[in-house]
Amino acid sequence: MIDMILLISLALFMVAITLHLIRIIKGPTMPDRAIALDTIGVNLISSMAILSILLKTTAFLEAILILGILAFIGTIAFSKYIERGVIIDRKSDH
Amino acid sequence: MRINDVILRTVVKVVIFIILTLGVYLFFSGHNAPGGGFIGGLVLASGIILLYVTYDIDTIQKKMPFDFKKVAALGVLIATGTGLGAIYLDVPFLSQTDGHFQFPFIGDKHLTTVTLFEAGVALTVIGTLVTMILSISEDE
Repeated sequence: MIDMILLISLALFMVAITLHLIRIIKGPTMPDRAIALDTIGVNLISSMAILSILLKTTAFLEAILILGILAFIGTIAFSKYIERGVIIDRKSDH
Repeated sequence: MRINDVILRTVVKVVIFIILTLGVYLFFSGHNAPGGGFIGGLVLASGIILLYVTYDIDTIQKKMPFDFKKVAALGVLIATGTGLGAIYLDVPFLSQTDGHFQFPFIGDKHLTTVTLFEAGVALTVIGTLVTMILSISEDE
């Protein structure tokens, strides 16, 4: 029973990631694409946690942490590029 | 125009400790569990790059005055130095050894020489990655 629920939720996560891919390709503006990429990261983290419940292992927990950190840094770099056009400043402007 | 990014700076001041702690944990869990020098170095370097993105190059260079090309060279020197030490002890190149040691207060510990090699690998990865990202993102 619980395995069936977990498998159905994994399938629904894959459907959600596919819908976000459509948003990334079509997306009218760049902030739409940035938010879609961040949400794909969250969906990947959630499906990885469900997979580690399903396989009864704790080997994926470090991978979940690393994926969360990298999605965070990627979203920050993306939004800073959209907002200012440069990612790493040379010197502080105040 | 002054840009106000107080939310990003406040969040990063807390999150950077989590990232660096995870990097050191991954580095030390290397020879028994997932992790090791390469992955620990990648996580530490991404924390340093997050600092560079949040602040700017001058501030971070003032607080952390390393030349990251020299950090990479020091890492390669340490990693090959462990291999040459194996030759000095008359065993094949890059042979590693381990052992259990008793310490006064913390008890039995499992120490390996792979940790020294992994430290070299981690320093190489940090130096190379930060140098690459800084050279790519230079604006002029």
